[in-house]
Amino acid sequence: MTDLMPLIRNETIKMVRKKRFYVILLVLLVLVPMFTYAQMKVTERNREKFGTDWRRSVQQAITDNQNSLGSSRLPEEWKKYRQIYIQQMKYYLDHDVNPQEPGGVTFTREFMDNASSLFIPLLIMGLASDIVSSERTTGTIKMLLTKPVRRWKVLFSKLVTLMMFVSLTVMAAFVMCYAISGLVFGYQGFDMPVFTGFQLNGSDVDLSAVHAVPQWLYLFLQLGLIWFVSAVVAMLAFMISVLVRSTAASIVIMMAALIAGSILTNMASAWQSAKYLFMVNLELTDYLSGTPAPIEGMTLGFSLAVLAVWGLASLVVSFLVFTKQDILN
Amino acid sequence: MEQQTVISSAAQIRSGQPVLEVRSLRKRIGRKWIIEDVSFTVYGGEIFGFLGPNGAGKTTTIRMLVNLIKPTAGSIQIGGYDVRSSPEKALGQIGAIVENPEVYAYLTGWENLEQFGRMLKGVDEARIKEVTELVRLDKRIHDKVRTYSLGMRQRLGIAQALLGRPKLLILDEPTNGLDPKGIKEMRDFIRRLAEQGMAVFVSSHLLSEIQLLCDRVAIISSGKVLAEGRVDELIQNRSNYVVWDVEPRARALEILSNNQITVLKQPETVLDDSVMAGIPEGAIVCQMEGSAMAGYTALFAEEGLRIQSVYKINPTLEQLFLEMTGGESID
Repeated sequence: MTDLMPLIRNETIKMVRKKRFYVILLVLLVLVPMFTYAQMKVTERNREKFGTDWRRSVQQAITDNQNSLGSSRLPEEWKKYRQIYIQQMKYYLDHDVNPQEPGGVTFTREFMDNASSLFIPLLIMGLASDIVSSERTTGTIKMLLTKPVRRWKVLFSKLVTLMMFVSLTVMAAFVMCYAISGLVFGYQGFDMPVFTGFQLNGSDVDLSAVHAVPQWLYLFLQLGLIWFVSAVVAMLAFMISVLVRSTAASIVIMMAALIAGSILTNMASAWQSAKYLFMVNLELTDYLSGTPAPIEGMTLGFSLAVLAVWGLASLVVSFLVFTKQDILN
Repeated sequence: MEQQTVISSAAQIRSGQPVLEVRSLRKRIGRKWIIEDVSFTVYGGEIFGFLGPNGAGKTTTIRMLVNLIKPTAGSIQIGGYDVRSSPEKALGQIGAIVENPEVYAYLTGWENLEQFGRMLKGVDEARIKEVTELVRLDKRIHDKVRTYSLGMRQRLGIAQALLGRPKLLILDEPTNGLDPKGIKEMRDFIRRLAEQGMAVFVSSHLLSEIQLLCDRVAIISSGKVLAEGRVDELIQNRSNYVVWDVEPRARALEILSNNQITVLKQPETVLDDSVMAGIPEGAIVCQMEGSAMAGYTALFAEEGLRIQSVYKINPTLEQLFLEMTGGESID
């Protein structure tokens, strides 16, 4: 470990000096206020329509969804989603809890739910995609590998550095989201109860395991799951970066995979074995909120296992290739 | 005196001890044998030239020396350690620039040296300072590398190669892209390093340029070493050429062939371009010892031939190379 520390320090310096992390912070700094503003508009409109009583707005949402169930043009899939949504909303109503209690914490929770499958992985890609390929593009890989240091140590130091910055990115996303949205919605809401544990059985929701957790705990669980997704995406991007010499190609490959994932999520319910693809398993936070998984038979444990296998496999490939390959240019 | 201490550890290797031993190196990429048979030895304190045309396999060989490419067969020993089986120990004794000196453009020269210093043992701030002064980069070392000229990058590359007090310095085409003044400075610099006991391995496709610099050379072409040895010895065994510009030409040719002197029909295949350019049109180039010149001059005069000029061509490495490869193009 003593000889790994200087290497990790090197990689950290390079990462900081390449200013990738600042770009990520900048993206968050621009996008979060945009979403905050959008959310503010929605809240304003609801207040105009339903006054200050949140029950009316939830009741309206339930009624709207129920009405649409009668439409024959609605695909079966969607009906299922809506039935589940109706039952969850009813549960909130019955227990007199506002699912959309305005506040910085609620906004952060909802934003992160939506960000976990595409937005956060995209930021992670920005960090990971060029971590090895940039050394090959610029030729500095030759300087690294002709030093009296084993190749696996060089790669390992890059991996450790990447994981540190992945963690920082996830933390930064949460903190900035809370800090910025709090300016508008207030910083309260940590103790607000959130229901979790909805078990889905076809279109029925099993409510027996549902319990309330304070929102801070919910946020904490969410943070852990998003961190896990991010770590796996980082490992995959890391592998692509080892395999592909050009940074542009490596970004395109990861982007294509992620976007394919979000498309598949919407249409893959008939294709059972798609559930073993990493891309459809990225929305881990859905299991917390009780949103149905895109394919029958997917559970939190299943998704965690699939992602872990993909992550480990890409690490194995990365290290095997990097330590063996000929550096021809 | 100050420079003596800079490379102190290199001096521990006595001259005459092999620092780098390459035995029957072969490399196949795909189905093609890029390197077919390369063997040579570099001894401590010498400047060793690795010469050959572009595409002969110089860079591939160098990449194998520094463990960037795995040889298909053969062995490479650096200071007694095998590059494949104990890379850490073997690479610890060399400093190298492979092709261009590529460093991180977004860092300063100093930060680059710090980066590489952390990968080596016993490199502290004082050492980085020392090396910076040695390559005369101390005025610009805290500027971003992005702003450096090619010559400065080259010097920074050498600085990082020297950082770990190597016993063997490997420079791949160090004069590429330098102006004539830069080339001269580079040669002086390499000589200074060698004087302090470090072995320097220099590759080049410009044979005449390196001839002035190297103690010993290996000449490589199409993946094979054609010759290895001291420059003067290699050249000594080669034939000498004499250029005659005489009138009438036909009579001179007749006399020469009567005396069994070989006249070159296509001198451009064995003589390098700079020599060819100086030969007058219609001159006769023949293979003959310089000592025989006086005799033939007298003979031609006796026969009533008018001698415009006559001179001897000193053999060069390039000439040697052209002879060995049968006029294969150098570039």
